Amino acid sequence: MNPVTKNITFDVAKIREDFPILKRKVNGYPLAYLDNAATSQTPKPVMDVIIDYYSNYNANIHRGVHSLSQEATDKYEQARIKIQKHFNAQKAHEIIFTSGTTHGINLVANGFSAILKEGDEILVSALEHHSNIVPWQMLCEKTGAILRVIPMNEEGELIYPAFEELISENTKMVFLNHVSNALGTVNPIEKIIKKAHSVDAAVLIDGAQAAPHIKADVQELDVDFYVASAHKMCGPTGVGVLYGKEEWLEKLPPYQGGGEMIDTVTFEKTTYAGLPHKFEAGTPNICGGIAFGAAIDYLNQIGFENIASSENDLLNYATKKLMEIDGMKIYGVSKNKTAVISFNIEGLHPYDIGTLLDKMGIAVRTGHHCAQPIMDFYRIPGTVRASFSFYNTKGEVERFIEALKKAKSMLS
Amino acid sequence: MSNIKEIQEEVVDEFSMFDDWMQRYEYMIELGKSLPLIDDKYKIDENLIKGCQSKVWVHAELDDDKLVFTADSDAIITKGIVAILIRVFSNQHPSAIIEADTHFIDEIGLKEHLSPTRANGLVSMIKQLKMYAVAYQTQLN
Repeated sequence: MNPVTKNITFDVAKIREDFPILKRKVNGYPLAYLDNAATSQTPKPVMDVIIDYYSNYNANIHRGVHSLSQEATDKYEQARIKIQKHFNAQKAHEIIFTSGTTHGINLVANGFSAILKEGDEILVSALEHHSNIVPWQMLCEKTGAILRVIPMNEEGELIYPAFEELISENTKMVFLNHVSNALGTVNPIEKIIKKAHSVDAAVLIDGAQAAPHIKADVQELDVDFYVASAHKMCGPTGVGVLYGKEEWLEKLPPYQGGGEMIDTVTFEKTTYAGLPHKFEAGTPNICGGIAFGAAIDYLNQIGFENIASSENDLLNYATKKLMEIDGMKIYGVSKNKTAVISFNIEGLHPYDIGTLLDKMGIAVRTGHHCAQPIMDFYRIPGTVRASFSFYNTKGEVERFIEALKKAKSMLS
Repeated sequence: MSNIKEIQEEVVDEFSMFDDWMQRYEYMIELGKSLPLIDDKYKIDENLIKGCQSKVWVHAELDDDKLVFTADSDAIITKGIVAILIRVFSNQHPSAIIEADTHFIDEIGLKEHLSPTRANGLVSMIKQLKMYAVAYQTQLN
């Protein structure tokens, strides 16, 4: 498998053969899976790796002298290197395996509780997922630091001049997502990182929504921390990555105590293992980590340029078709967005729409998308969110639009 | 006045006439639209039922020895479900409400056809109606 193949012919019908789940029926209709921002589907090559692991070399890693343990350790560490190369981290030990994005954020937040002091300021964006708000609120309660919010505009974009006004010598950390999960807005993280560094603030980027669509280069971004989840990148659930600059990871205290993360233990004093093991206490999700590596290979084989262009076509087509429906209101209309459409139809509850779409085999998300502050901003209880992946087709978009029209006529 | 069991049988009969999900849902939407609205003064947080993705308010009051429910929801399908529950349980003696079994929900295909979050909401709604019945039963004693 060549992980950097680009511009190979993009054949969606052929790609769909890799995803057995896309062939199933839901409520008697062929499934149209448009909830990719919640979790992506898993292709056969990734499933094969999972089966191979349990069939051939399931063993605990980093400790055993026997062959199986050695093989499992090698594959797990190879996966780390795949992830390192994918995000272009300088060193493999800057890649920490986590249970997912939320774990990565909590790990960093916990580490900063030893660094922050009263009166320090933390900036988060108004576009955050709850998982990127709550840990910082907890951190502020613990340290006396102050949480400040970078506001957003009607289009669902951050207001950059407001960020410039908020940031000061007191700002110690800036946290925001690369892409908003509720609206799909791509945030100008390059500019924000540069500005944050001018006052020596650290920056953590939540890449959960970006990683399936955009190949982030952590060195070029000069970001301090970048987190993502495998399950949004065609990998399994329960595994993710935290990239941290070596100097930061050295500075932060361990998050959890246990096996793997120690160097020597006596009852008087324990010395911690070096990176990355200091942050990887206990037996990790070995199979998940290896499968994450396979998922990254898979995405790179398709090619991120192909992924971006096919998803962008679906986004434009679906947006155009949706706008033809009376009473349609799309939230998040930034020119720079991923293939996510959050919308409501005037007078209809998103939950009613979602329920009827499901009856017609169309899987979308409804609700507040764990981003209540955004819903409060627009003064709505929630939205219907359709999110597209490279394996979706124009035909599925058309079925979605037809089902939506049907739901609308039933509910009006 | 029919008892709870008789009303449940009527509902099951009505739903058995439908051939497909679409007719079933169209009927529920119709029921939702016909639900007598709850007095606005009762649409308060204390009357909200937890466990539903959409908002459901239920108010209960005694009329002699019968418990009368009024309710509303911001989602129309949920409102349809609430309308069915009210038809079954409202205007009944609290003790009958407490004892009533709810197998008819399976029979009309609501539980099986609704998403898990919605089904949970349905369970929460029934629980709430029964809790009101328990509270008012104590008052009647």
